[in-house]
Amino acid sequence: MVEWTATERTHIEAIWSKIDIDVCGPLALQRCLIVYPWTQRYFGSFGDLSTDAAIVGNPKVANHGVVALTGLRTALDHMDDIKATYATLSVLHSEKLHVDPDNFRLLCDCLTIVVAGKMGKTLRPEMQAAWQKYLSAVVSALGRQYH
Amino acid sequence: MSLSAKQKATVKDFFGKMSTRSDDIGAEALSRLVAVYPQTKSYFAHWKSASPGSAPVRKHGITIMGGVYDAVGKIDDLKAGLLSLSELHAFMLRVDPVNFKLLAHCMLVCMSMVFPEEFTPQVHVAVDKFLAQLALALCEKYR
Repeated sequence: MVEWTATERTHIEAIWSKIDIDVCGPLALQRCLIVYPWTQRYFGSFGDLSTDAAIVGNPKVANHGVVALTGLRTALDHMDDIKATYATLSVLHSEKLHVDPDNFRLLCDCLTIVVAGKMGKTLRPEMQAAWQKYLSAVVSALGRQYH
Repeated sequence: MSLSAKQKATVKDFFGKMSTRSDDIGAEALSRLVAVYPQTKSYFAHWKSASPGSAPVRKHGITIMGGVYDAVGKIDDLKAGLLSLSELHAFMLRVDPVNFKLLAHCMLVCMSMVFPEEFTPQVHVAVDKFLAQLALALCEKYR
């Protein structure tokens, strides 16, 4: 089980309070598909992803960004049981969606950069540390049921 | 994953815009590296302090960013241009190459923080590729 200090919990809650999921979710997924184009392999049914403009204008991408970020937020209410919380989602990503778990890390890196853009210097180093620890815990839980 | 001519131009352009804040970004990036990835402090055990925001960390972050800027000028042949820096990292410093990726990530975060409008996905991918190429060039003499 991941151990969290009170300070880490405070930092993570503070960051989530600054995140508008409907804005940051789409931005993070769009950025991921543009910066790491091989991640587009999972979105064959999403329509036109052929240009950066197409990705940014694609409503299915935007919608899925919201879905993914909402899923990432779930851990906030289950900080002491992250592994169990994501067990079903882990099976889904492994057995149905066949997503290489390294992609979770890529999306999280893009999310951190989007959050940094929104928060500027208010995202202090120790806050970034707690935030990335949170994301690592979720990424680890999502990869747990792969075999 | 080599840089296209357009991406090289994007990198030069963004680093030009960044130049007045480059010291700050370099100092912040290294501070964040040791904060977010504490195992990286193992390379700085000989300093008085390796904690985020400390003077030696900030100073060294500025030094590193200076090296990155130097590499921008050598973007057309990083391997040749960074030969002596590669020897330094390979034979003296012996920094595990995984750490170059971690520092690159922290640099990207700082660039996004300081230039939220300019650090578009297009700039992001170009700079990310450049930093990856830089790291490869630094690793050239490792083995």
